[in-house]
Amino acid sequence: NTGIELTNVKMSMNPFDEIAVEEAIHLKEANKINEIIIVSIGTKQSQETIRTALAMGADRGILIETDSEIQPLSVAKLLKKVCDQEKPELVILGKQAIDDDANQTGQMLSALLNWSQGTFASKLEIEEKNLLVTREIDGGLETLKLTMPSIITTDLRLNEPRYASLPNIMKAKKKPIEEKKPEDFDIDISPRLTTIKVIEPPKREAGVIVESIPQLVDKLKNEAKVI
Amino acid sequence: MTSLILVEHDNKDIKAPTLNTIEAAKKFEEDIHVIIIGSNCKSVADNASKIDGVTEVLMVDDNKFSNQLAEDITPIIVNLADKYNFILAPADTFGKNIMPRVAALLDTAQVSDVISIESKDTFVRPIYAGNAFATVKSSDNKIVITIRTTAFESAKISDNSAGITNIESIDTDSISEFVGQELSKSERPELTSARIIISGGRGMQSGDNFPMLEKIADKLGAAVGASRAAVDAGFVPNDYQVGQTGKIVAPDLYIAVGISGAIQHLAGMKDSKVIVAINKDEEAPIFQIADYGVVGDLFKLVPELEKELENN
Repeated sequence: NTGIELTNVKMSMNPFDEIAVEEAIHLKEANKINEIIIVSIGTKQSQETIRTALAMGADRGILIETDSEIQPLSVAKLLKKVCDQEKPELVILGKQAIDDDANQTGQMLSALLNWSQGTFASKLEIEEKNLLVTREIDGGLETLKLTMPSIITTDLRLNEPRYASLPNIMKAKKKPIEEKKPEDFDIDISPRLTTIKVIEPPKREAGVIVESIPQLVDKLKNEAKVI
Repeated sequence: MTSLILVEHDNKDIKAPTLNTIEAAKKFEEDIHVIIIGSNCKSVADNASKIDGVTEVLMVDDNKFSNQLAEDITPIIVNLADKYNFILAPADTFGKNIMPRVAALLDTAQVSDVISIESKDTFVRPIYAGNAFATVKSSDNKIVITIRTTAFESAKISDNSAGITNIESIDTDSISEFVGQELSKSERPELTSARIIISGGRGMQSGDNFPMLEKIADKLGAAVGASRAAVDAGFVPNDYQVGQTGKIVAPDLYIAVGISGAIQHLAGMKDSKVIVAINKDEEAPIFQIADYGVVGDLFKLVPELEKELENN
């Protein structure tokens, strides 16, 4: 009960990050940005994730290699250091990773940099020094105007990520990936949260197939008593 | 020490998720302060003071907070944080947008989407689309939490009368600006607080068929939801989406119509008390978690259901 079995499990880029990469490429194709840098923090295998993004159309990569567990606050601190060096005007992240489901890193990075944030973005336009961002909120949609530099986190409906073509996959092998270690940045990245145990959620009892709608309504009324 | 809860509101009323968050905070058995940041929001403060368990209401009333932008309201919470050991908000788009910003500036981790408070530093939260529950212990001395509202009851509005304190506004760099909003208008209950929900999936085939579900919703006083497939196909707006990346719901009755039951959809509704599935594919995974299933053509079964409800 210490975690999820990950040995021999197929890994891929987080779907929200694919949307982030696609959006950056889209902006580059529209001549709104000059260069796209992909950053990933994790084990050596994270290099493959960076290659995928380079094959989609990004320009270069930075891998911060570590075997330790890196939680969102630490990711945000490391990304802040990268931003201090690279001085981007726009950082695009996924709204959440589908493993830890935390939904924190973009907002934390934005806070540490004191930059504007456009979370859960479903539409993005660059207008000179500003960004117009449409956000998915609980009751519908909201539009904000952000002063750049900005942090954007992507929602599902921002775009449809492209597949990398074989020639682009070949070309991506030649694009540079700079390798770093968390120690290069001189910050404390020790986890603040310790996982004590991981359990399977309680299983639901198997239900019944009813033959007809009148039977269903009868069950809902008299057995389940929910209508 | 004390808990501080960030109140979600529209400058007139408190939104329902705040009430679940207050109920969750009672687990700490500490004083509960709530903070309302807004513009012309006195009525919100008055209502908040009546909520069971609230010991003090803080209010920051300033025109610049009318839309509660994260960049503007975060510094206020951070400024007050010295006095609090727990800072909470609901894990909806409001809380998720603001709280990690607060946590980062306090140099503390955030515990997202908490479904159970085990002790003052130990919490349970779902990971991997709800396919596992992780128990995590925080080593921070100040803890920032977002609460999965469906996992907690609502705090009651009582004859409580907590004191209201005005807090002075502070200057912030205006790096973001509100432009506009497009809210879905509906006479039906909100998805996250509805007692009954009827949801449609890809099997609905078109947005034009959703009125079939709306008719049933109106008979049952239910909300209408949708799977990601139905939203992506443009049948209904995105805020109908139930699932890992949409809304998390746990009504008394959830009726899934033409929804196969992908993991990411189940993550948003599998804590419903009673689940009904209507689907023509008897192998659909939704039947594995449904309490009652009907196998058949939804275009025949849904109108039948409507008629049957009318007769009853």
